[in-house]
Amino acid sequence: MSEWWTYTIADIKSFSLETWYRLFELYNRAIWPAQIAALMAGLAMGSGLHLPHRGPGRHTWRSRVIAAILAACWIWVAIVFHAHRYATLTWSARYYAWGFGIEAALLGWVGVVRGRLLLDRAGDAVARAGWWLFLFALFVHPIAGLLFGRTWRQAEVFGVAPDPTAVATLGLILTAAGRVRWELLAVPLLWCGISAATLLSMRAPDAWIPLAATVVAVLLATWKTLARRRGRARRRDNTG
Amino acid sequence: MVIRTLRAAPLSRRALLSSLAAAGAASIFRPRTASAQGVAILTRPIPSTGERLPLVGLGSWITFNVGDDPAARDSRAEVMRAFFHDGGRLIDSSPMYGSSQEVIGYGWNRVGRPSQLFSAGKVWISSGAHGPGQIEESRRLWGVPRFDLLQVHNLMSWEEHLPTLFAMKKAGRLRYVGITTSEGRRHDEIEKVMRSQPIDFVQVTYNVLDREVEDRILPLARERKIAVICNRPFQQGALIRMVERHPVPSFAREIDCTNWAQVLLKFIVSHAAVNCAIPATSRVDHVRQNVGASFGRLPDEPMRRRIVAHVQAL
Repeated sequence: MSEWWTYTIADIKSFSLETWYRLFELYNRAIWPAQIAALMAGLAMGSGLHLPHRGPGRHTWRSRVIAAILAACWIWVAIVFHAHRYATLTWSARYYAWGFGIEAALLGWVGVVRGRLLLDRAGDAVARAGWWLFLFALFVHPIAGLLFGRTWRQAEVFGVAPDPTAVATLGLILTAAGRVRWELLAVPLLWCGISAATLLSMRAPDAWIPLAATVVAVLLATWKTLARRRGRARRRDNTG
Repeated sequence: MVIRTLRAAPLSRRALLSSLAAAGAASIFRPRTASAQGVAILTRPIPSTGERLPLVGLGSWITFNVGDDPAARDSRAEVMRAFFHDGGRLIDSSPMYGSSQEVIGYGWNRVGRPSQLFSAGKVWISSGAHGPGQIEESRRLWGVPRFDLLQVHNLMSWEEHLPTLFAMKKAGRLRYVGITTSEGRRHDEIEKVMRSQPIDFVQVTYNVLDREVEDRILPLARERKIAVICNRPFQQGALIRMVERHPVPSFAREIDCTNWAQVLLKFIVSHAAVNCAIPATSRVDHVRQNVGASFGRLPDEPMRRRIVAHVQAL
């Protein structure tokens, strides 16, 4: 792109805010009652994380199930939302669909096949913050839009809409024990950035949601990464 | 070509008569047609052929990208109906604008495929080899037998696309060839193409605050006999939102304008090198206001300077 410095966030706008909200209204009408199933899946994932785990084997099995449900949500959004619905407004939706498909594959590989995603909401401070981010995406995000001019028919629901699905994923990945799973955070972070830019270009009042989720997730993940490095260095010093 | 009975902007009989007199006095204008009230739409000739186009067209960026929303599609069809009813002809779109081409095709069919449509499409793809395929897909979406004008969008791969467009024109599958840019980008390259290629149209950003093209592009267009289409007349709505916080200036009456949109559009189309401004809108009342700028008196040079000074002072 020549003279790229002359482009502003307004230049990425390709449809109006009214059209964006109508997109969700028509989408929600078309997929009803999939939203209920998605919310039930979210509740099941939350319940799975909330209940105390009994032994490492049970813990791994439960995390695999949560990762599988999450991967299914990403596939749904990739195909049903991006490829079939959002693609009627922008050619870039086909690339978003691929991105969401890649995230689903990563969740399937890391979380389900290899079982490397051990989710524990009561772990460290970052895990507890991730848990609250997940709850926000599940319960607050769908109704937050109502405060900013959307109708309930235009609500974005976890599991079937991209933003709450990405925010919930950020939260869940942050609850994982061990190192920060940046490879699983990359796509949701990228999507939240794209979504925030798209909403800002339309001066959408709810643009702060994906923007804040991106900032919070990056800060938490960076803090945890640095804390683990410091911990390793301290241990090396002690053993040395 | 048939233009239906024209509906002008609300003007007094006296203003209408003086408007007609002014339009007749300006050698570049002649009444295209007349309604029962004797109101003429102002047109300007395309330099390469002499075919006349009304001064205000219809853009489709953002406003016509409504996907498969049936209510929004019907509403855009009504915008097109009002546009054609009031005498408009040129509609501009691009494959870059999401579903806009398809929505234009839907609207054109819905309002009875009026023959006055002047279809201004674009080719926007990096590969020259894929240009013909994209053009054919665009033609199918518009539903037109052929495009009147095809423009290389934002100069993308213009070296590859222009030979294709010239060949189409030679074969009678296209009437005019053009290039576009926006927001003042790549003006050096635009000039290079204008000087070296036999194009009919150039599309640039021009409005009361963005007047860079006055220095070199517009004079060059007159010299090379290239028609000029002006995009972003309201700076994507920012300009109109800014001025509408203030009352319409009293001098607007002197150029037969009843609202800010007409003042801003008349500033653009009163430049002698400009053929057409292409404001985009999703509202029938706004398209009527916009096309209303194709009627009545146009600002002369002192009035143009007055408009600039007034807007800059807001």
